[in-house]
Amino acid sequence: MAARTAYEKIWDDHALGNDLLYVDLHLVHEVTSPQAFEGLRLAGRTVRRPDRTIATADHNVPTWDLSRPIEDEIARQQLDALARNVEEFGIPYYGLGHRRQGIVHVIGPELGITQPGMTIVCGDSHTSTHGAFGALAFGIGTSEVEHVLATQTLPQKRAHTLRVTFTGLPGAGVGAKDLILGLIAQETSAGATNHVVEYDGEAVRALSMEGRMTISNMSIEWGARAGLITPDETTYRFLEGRPGVQEPFEQAVERWSHYVSDAGAAFDREIEVDAAALAPQLTWGTNPGQTAPITGVVPTPADDDEQRALDYMGLTAGEPLAGTPVDRVFIGSCTNGRLGDLRAAAEIVRGKRVAPGVQALVVPGSMRVKAEAEAEGLDRVFAEAGFEWRNAGCSMCLGMNPDVAGPKERVASTSNRNFEGRQGRLARTHLMSPEMAAAAAVTGCLVDVRELV
Amino acid sequence: MEHFDVVTGPVAALDRNNVDTDQIIPKQFLKRIERTGYGQFLFWDWAKDDDFPLNRPEYARAPILVAGANFGCGSSREHAAWALGGRGFRAIIAPSFADIFRSNCGKNGLLTVELPEADVRELMEAAPAAATVDLERRIVTLPSGREVEFEVDEDVRYRLLGGHDDIGLTLQRADAIDEHERDRERPGPSTLAL
Repeated sequence: MAARTAYEKIWDDHALGNDLLYVDLHLVHEVTSPQAFEGLRLAGRTVRRPDRTIATADHNVPTWDLSRPIEDEIARQQLDALARNVEEFGIPYYGLGHRRQGIVHVIGPELGITQPGMTIVCGDSHTSTHGAFGALAFGIGTSEVEHVLATQTLPQKRAHTLRVTFTGLPGAGVGAKDLILGLIAQETSAGATNHVVEYDGEAVRALSMEGRMTISNMSIEWGARAGLITPDETTYRFLEGRPGVQEPFEQAVERWSHYVSDAGAAFDREIEVDAAALAPQLTWGTNPGQTAPITGVVPTPADDDEQRALDYMGLTAGEPLAGTPVDRVFIGSCTNGRLGDLRAAAEIVRGKRVAPGVQALVVPGSMRVKAEAEAEGLDRVFAEAGFEWRNAGCSMCLGMNPDVAGPKERVASTSNRNFEGRQGRLARTHLMSPEMAAAAAVTGCLVDVRELV
Repeated sequence: MEHFDVVTGPVAALDRNNVDTDQIIPKQFLKRIERTGYGQFLFWDWAKDDDFPLNRPEYARAPILVAGANFGCGSSREHAAWALGGRGFRAIIAPSFADIFRSNCGKNGLLTVELPEADVRELMEAAPAAATVDLERRIVTLPSGREVEFEVDEDVRYRLLGGHDDIGLTLQRADAIDEHERDRERPGPSTLAL
């Protein structure tokens, strides 16, 4: 057989003909599922594989005191609808208050149900996160959610392939978030449209699973259908002992290790990024491609769209990015809400205080992340510095719950999107790593984290 | 699903690149559990600006929207397609679209047409002059009368032309799904066994 990429192997193992893909795992949350369940009911259909489906509540949920009722009536109705739907259709559900509740892309890997070689879908574009395990994982719309619920398959065509090789190792203070932001800056926010990406190279191999998830998570931010990192010892060590690994571990590893790209497998496109040359990155505009190093200046707008972005962000071309005051800091999300992210941020914060006038928020990606962080005292590090320590959810990444920034407030955020209004109407988002966001919190401005360590 | 064959009418122009689905329909409207009624929320924040192009009265009944590259990027929210359809758009023309958005449109009787930059520019400059999108012939007729061919996935075209229900079509292949589960399905993980 000809040399194949990991994506092509997964495709071949799941394709029914050349236009239908079998789905191994379907993740469900409250926002993109109610119309899908309603569609099933109207057509008299059932969920084909509840045992390959799992649901949680993340987008809407309040992250403060869980003993208080949800004040947002419409959000509460949506959460109630999910609770009714999973009951009716027999789907396992980790709702608000459950010890396993959390952001859908955090809990899948955490439970070990995200594994190499799988096909994974969810009605959320950041489903690409699960690609870090060598799975083919991508976001779908609500009609497709209904289709998967009913048939466990999805109409799909084979995508083009693209390999990104990060060469060299990044310097101190530069991590996974900087690698992916630097890549998107190089290739623009539409650079991988119609492609399934494979990330590789020394810098990727050196990353923890958490770092790899940060990279795969943002695949959608440059338009990729999905973004894989093929499995290795780091992947296997992460999965060992988790409840989703339900077969003898050695046997599982043998199966998983098949899902790497063969030597000589051809990609439709190849891109290189010099990881060693990257400084810490942050966005300056209103899409993730509008990124610059913290050592740089606000760029001169190249067209009307970039001028619009600068106007929205309240920035002036030619001014240094470093030193720009921030109003809020958000540490969390499916991009950077895992234990390793919180540890990295805490290291910067330890023994310091949040700058006067800055509101800083830490939202663990799951209740398990929260418990683990508390077990090692990270909650106290953050609280003593003046951060708010919250419960799990998507929170201020998209501001569907009450965690939003005000008009013209500038936010240093570890999330994945800096679109206009994303974190609140007229709010100004700068995407960056957890270390950079922590540094912004304690200095009160955009700052090169390398100056603090 | 409403079927699509030929649409003729005024063209509304939105000359911006990278229009994301957060702009098309902001998050506060995603809490609703209905599938209809989203047209009134289309471009909610942008529409507050009197100068926002789609506020122009001559665009009010346009069935065709022409926009910049990478239209529909970002979130997978199908509410974006529901809002555009709810407002009366039947076809969107742009130099490129984001994958998930394009797929969502196809499930809702909304045709996405990729045309070269120059043709998109011509449509924008002539807006609101009427154009025709013919899915059967795969032709856009520009206001000048010039005909431009476009490519469209054959399966998407078939489903749109016939107004077919995707799930119904797939369930006709239930034997192939059964066979996959019997012969090729990977061993777990089962979410019921966690």
